[in-house]
Amino acid sequence: MTTTTAPTTTAPALARRRVLAGRPWTLYLALLLTAWFAVSALWPHLLAPDDPLALHLDSALAPPGVHHLLGTDEAGRDLYSRIVHGTAPALAIGVGASLVSLALALVLGGLAALAVRPVAAAVDRVVEVLFSFPSLLLALLLVALLGQSALTEAVAVGVGTAPGYARMVRGQILATRGSPYVEAAVTLGHSRRRILRRHVLPNAVRPLVAVFALSVGQSIVWASSLSFLGLGVAPPSSEWGALLDAGRLYLTHAWWLTIVPGLVIIVLALTATTLGTHLQASLERNDR
Amino acid sequence: MTRTEAAPAATTPTLLDPTPAAGDVPRFRVDGLGVGFTRGGTHRQVVEDLSFDLFPGRCVAIVGESGSGKSVTARTLVGLTGAGSTVTARTLQFQGRDVRRFGAREWRRTRGAKIGFVLQDALVSLDPLRPVGAEIDEALRLHGWGSRRSRARKVVELLDSVGVPSPALRAAQRSGELSGGLRQRALIASALALDPDVVIADEPTTALDVTVQAQVLDLLARTKERGVSILLISHDLSVVARLADEILVMRGGRVVERGTAQQVLTDPQHDYTKALIAAVPGEHTRGTRLVPPPAGNEAAPVPAPRAHPAAPDAVLEARGLVKRFPVAGGLRRTAVDDVSLTLHRGRTLGIVGESGSGKSTTARLVLALTAPDAGDVTLLGEAWSTVPEPRRRTRRRSIAVVQQDPLSSFDPRWDVERILLDSLPAGHGDRAARGRRVRDLLAQVGLGEEVLPRSPLRLSGGQRQRVAIARALGAEPTVLVLDEAVSALDVSVQAQVLDLLADLQERLGLSYLFISHDLGVIHHVSDEVLVMKDGRVVERGSADDVFLRPREAYTQELVGSLPRLADATHRPTTDRTPGATR
Repeated sequence: MTTTTAPTTTAPALARRRVLAGRPWTLYLALLLTAWFAVSALWPHLLAPDDPLALHLDSALAPPGVHHLLGTDEAGRDLYSRIVHGTAPALAIGVGASLVSLALALVLGGLAALAVRPVAAAVDRVVEVLFSFPSLLLALLLVALLGQSALTEAVAVGVGTAPGYARMVRGQILATRGSPYVEAAVTLGHSRRRILRRHVLPNAVRPLVAVFALSVGQSIVWASSLSFLGLGVAPPSSEWGALLDAGRLYLTHAWWLTIVPGLVIIVLALTATTLGTHLQASLERNDR
Repeated sequence: MTRTEAAPAATTPTLLDPTPAAGDVPRFRVDGLGVGFTRGGTHRQVVEDLSFDLFPGRCVAIVGESGSGKSVTARTLVGLTGAGSTVTARTLQFQGRDVRRFGAREWRRTRGAKIGFVLQDALVSLDPLRPVGAEIDEALRLHGWGSRRSRARKVVELLDSVGVPSPALRAAQRSGELSGGLRQRALIASALALDPDVVIADEPTTALDVTVQAQVLDLLARTKERGVSILLISHDLSVVARLADEILVMRGGRVVERGTAQQVLTDPQHDYTKALIAAVPGEHTRGTRLVPPPAGNEAAPVPAPRAHPAAPDAVLEARGLVKRFPVAGGLRRTAVDDVSLTLHRGRTLGIVGESGSGKSTTARLVLALTAPDAGDVTLLGEAWSTVPEPRRRTRRRSIAVVQQDPLSSFDPRWDVERILLDSLPAGHGDRAARGRRVRDLLAQVGLGEEVLPRSPLRLSGGQRQRVAIARALGAEPTVLVLDEAVSALDVSVQAQVLDLLADLQERLGLSYLFISHDLGVIHHVSDEVLVMKDGRVVERGSADDVFLRPREAYTQELVGSLPRLADATHRPTTDRTPGATR
């Protein structure tokens, strides 16, 4: 500016708010929590050296305090230790269920989008039927059929949530297949298989990376619901849903036995969701 | 509310002609406007030292290409500059009041009521889930206009006044059910709803067909005659020619030339303005370059007016193509109806038509991306549309395509190098040979190696289209189908790409099937022209015959709707003294 400049207006309030929202402090928090969960899953003894199953009947149902950070349960087991040691099964079920869910979704969605018409139509119907069951009901059915174990729980949750993702995969593939860049590849004389391999599948699968993180959080909540209904991992496992279920009996006079595991499940789900959201956003930024 | 202490009695830069009748007060008075954005600690000045006065019943036009700062200027005038912006000015007044002191409430009272805003794309400016009548009604309601019933009447009146047929019926429809022209008129109706003193129109006709564009420009001209001031923002000098009293040509945030419409368009002083005007393709630019060779390099090859050997062979022939698409209710819409065409070697066949005329479907049929319901296509003397795809695949490389939007025609994960490598034939030499060929392709389209590792996202529009052309050349085609290939580009970039295409045709003997809605572009590039309407060919012939001596009524209407730079000189002089005539 060479000339005199009169008063300056900035677009103030809005700008300031946006700057704050743009700072990914939630991301840092999520990363920190992820590290904590990872350590508790891999080396729980570092964070909770006590045996999670040690009984101390004299100090049963102690409220959170100095000796027992998060209190104890009806058998005097330390709740903090149990939660730390329960991370591994909870995460395993969450990740396992997500893997099952997305793998199934890829197969079903891929077939629905790419197979010859009668097959595609049949797969479409199957997905629709699966869709019309409430996911939890579907999971319950599978547990009833396959018996109770961590593995069946993961499979059950995975199958229960797969139809939604299958729909997404199908839509992604169809959108990619109709895109101008696929048309450009067709006019270059590339074979169907080459176009599928180089363009359609990578671009259809890419958004699933972010969905995976979201799905882990969701699956843990699902698995906990199953455990809470008594259909999950059998006691005395410290899996969080099982803790929640066990604490239910004492809800009126030992609130920490249900509230604390519940909060931990929420925090883990939020952490995974936050990571997934940021991942998705950064992928989209690279796209646009 | 702050009263405005008359900002330092504006030494209005003695502006040229559009001094109005004495006593008229400018609706907008802008002096020394600067707009900058600060992001991540770096400051970027996007508008510098811009001044103009907008008087009642006048139109000031700001002309410039993308990035010139014209749209930012428009938004600044209504207080919507955006986050992180810094606005400076010696004077920035709306009807004598300093808008920099306007608070949020003051702005809400002003926008819509006193300043109407018309944006480029009515499809995104209108809520798709609401009837357009409700949209206009909202503008009235927000400013407390009348009762529910009187508003309903007013909405129909407004739609009627902007030339929407059967307005009561249309008011109940959603924006998706209206054509582009009707949508744009509905948007103008909502901008005019509260009788604003000023209308700011940012590229109001850019997405429209020429015949519709002519109607919208007429509508704005009538609005101006009623005493409304118009600030018109456009990249298109010929659109501005119809409406503007004063023109400001902007480049890189600065005004490089200003004057009355007639002065700027017929006697431009600044080199940039001259280049802009010269870059507009049309009747007079046929067989010439649109961008003059750089000074001191006069020997640069200027393709001579094309002289063709008699009766070259046909490389592409289509006979009686028909394509129908199913629409709601079990009906079928005929998109292409009995279209035949012949493209000769080394020549350009232009297809011109408005949206929905079937020209893009014709391109897809010719490319065998979709199968015709009747008729057939022959490529290089052999059956093309009737053979099964696997047999076609090996011959596909002899016909290539450049699509309208280059960005969506590239895989978003790929960089330029991968895109171009992918275009080479399967057996093309070893790694080193392929690398050489890719660099050679880039050189052919005038790009340097530095773009190789870049994503197309990081390229400019012109560079992207050059990469798309390079990819098409990678196939070593005989026929190149250009489907609106220059339509999304700024006029000066469009001129460069058109020159490039002319050079490539010379050098490589390519045959072009050139599809565009832009009559000027088609006239500039084509040897022969097909005019399409509703799926049918309404007229065909040599480019000059079709555009200079159109036989069919529809072609005559098209050609007549085309805004021309010369429009500025043919306007009656009376509209230059609005105060006196009314």
